[in-house]
Amino acid sequence: MSEHHSTYVPKTGIERWLDARLPIIRLTHDSAVSYPVPRNLNYWWTFGGILMFMLVAQIVTGVVLVMHYTPHVDFAFSSVEHIMRDVNYGWLMRYAHANGASMFFIAVYIHIFRGMYYGSYKAPREVLWILGVVIFLLMMATAFMGYVLPWGQMSFWGATVITNLFSAIPVIGDPIVTWLWGGYSVDNPTLNRFFSLHYLLPFMIFGVVILHVWALHHVGQNNPAGVEVKNYAKDTIPFTPFATVKDLFAMVCFMILFAWFVFYHPNFLGHADNYIHADPLKTPAHIVPEWYFLPFYGILRAIPDKLGGVVAMFASIAVLAFLPWLDTSKIKSGRYRPTFKIFFWIFVVVSVLLGYTGSQPTDKVVLSLGGRTVLDMVGFAQILTAMYFAYFFVVLPLLGLFEKPKAVPASIADAVLGESKK
Amino acid sequence: MADHSMSEPNRRDFLFLATGAAGAVAGAAAVWPLISQMLPDASTIAAGAPVEVDLAPIGEGKAITLKWRGKPIFVRHRTKAEIEAAKKDDPEIKIDPEPDAKRVKAFEGKAQEQWIVVYGNCTHLGCVPTGFAGDYNGWYCPCHGSHYDSAGRIRKGPAPKNLFIPDYAFQSATKIKIG
Repeated sequence: MSEHHSTYVPKTGIERWLDARLPIIRLTHDSAVSYPVPRNLNYWWTFGGILMFMLVAQIVTGVVLVMHYTPHVDFAFSSVEHIMRDVNYGWLMRYAHANGASMFFIAVYIHIFRGMYYGSYKAPREVLWILGVVIFLLMMATAFMGYVLPWGQMSFWGATVITNLFSAIPVIGDPIVTWLWGGYSVDNPTLNRFFSLHYLLPFMIFGVVILHVWALHHVGQNNPAGVEVKNYAKDTIPFTPFATVKDLFAMVCFMILFAWFVFYHPNFLGHADNYIHADPLKTPAHIVPEWYFLPFYGILRAIPDKLGGVVAMFASIAVLAFLPWLDTSKIKSGRYRPTFKIFFWIFVVVSVLLGYTGSQPTDKVVLSLGGRTVLDMVGFAQILTAMYFAYFFVVLPLLGLFEKPKAVPASIADAVLGESKK
Repeated sequence: MADHSMSEPNRRDFLFLATGAAGAVAGAAAVWPLISQMLPDASTIAAGAPVEVDLAPIGEGKAITLKWRGKPIFVRHRTKAEIEAAKKDDPEIKIDPEPDAKRVKAFEGKAQEQWIVVYGNCTHLGCVPTGFAGDYNGWYCPCHGSHYDSAGRIRKGPAPKNLFIPDYAFQSATKIKIG
């Protein structure tokens, strides 16, 4: 919030000395203590903090795993088993890291859907939103390369399928794939470079997160009412203790879910085939990516043309970056948009169903009438893919023109007090 | 600079341009090794040297899979019936039209149409198809459902191309050299 002035007052001589040289305590105080947050934030707003926690947790467990892991096709698989059996608490570090990736994606999907429901991408938060899309892309690249490192069957064939996506590019596709592999197939050079990049990318994510938070603190947080802060005294409360404590409480609840997976179902989200050593001569009967990639995999498989499928898959992510301009409504929050609300929840269901289609064999029958197949999994995925893109290119642009929104409260204070009066 | 902006280009303008151009060339020259190091290295290329394959032990109606350059290669000894069926289907090939004759190589002027040698990676996304399977009893890819015939031609499914044929030649009637 640009008008928000620093309220930090150095109390000791050392603080005054440091403040004149590197005002780092002032920066921390202004952005994590006195920073004004809208007083009506609900629990959907705690996922930013949860994501920050997950990023740090992934980096810490990842750095530890690297101390025991060997990035070589002959040793990678057994070094992972070495971590599981020999290294003190190695099982915990690996399970926390593997399930941590899933938790990271659960949190980021909730975070993205929250932004879509409350119109957090609208002016003046377009850059903030686009930085979020960049973080999401970096997360996907990091997760993909991390999944290759244990060098199991799913690692190998996942890497083969995903790198082969680039061969769909006309003319230069095949040279690009050879360059990505560093050979004629996914092999040791590929494993080594994925390891290097898997270590690098989280720190790039960290850098973009700093920009994301900077942009957030510059424009201020959106809120469930979707109206901007007008009066700091009435509309906001200081970040500490209010948001800090709420974020911490949500984080602890989230950690219960995380711990449940790590300690009770550590392999539930993984795939059994990845406990089989990579074999370039044998493809598992049913290749599936990790659950968090399934909706995009569903879109890839829905298009019968190779290049078309690849383009559609990348477009389904890239379209998010254009959301601020595709949504023509002036109203931010879905709370005051009765028709939008319906389409939003349809979109959520479509996204989940696309994930389901991605997890199933392509020729599986979805609907049959009198013994005749009416709809198979590919056909179902095609309908869902059309609905996915229609949300962005038809529903959102038109809804802003035709929808009659409900009355939006004049201020955040009105939104809160109006509710309590009822 | 402002004084000269409208007048004839002078020595300083030339130096700016020349320095900028030299800097761009130097920058590109510095980036090239960073890109090039990711290409297949000398040991990888050496390990991918040509191999000879003895065909004699492969009976009619059988196939072997060998590994070359980290990829599977299928060598299939087709039966007479399979060859006939594949030839008969020549006009039916829609996705990547290619006659059966183009899928085989000759030795001393005689087409060795019983031998099919193809890369064992689906041209869709690189999975290894299962042999003697699918609607055309050629290969079937379990990943996304591509069906190939006995000549490795794509007949049904998302794959855009026929199974790729590696560079190979007959050394004798029962020996080929791949690469």
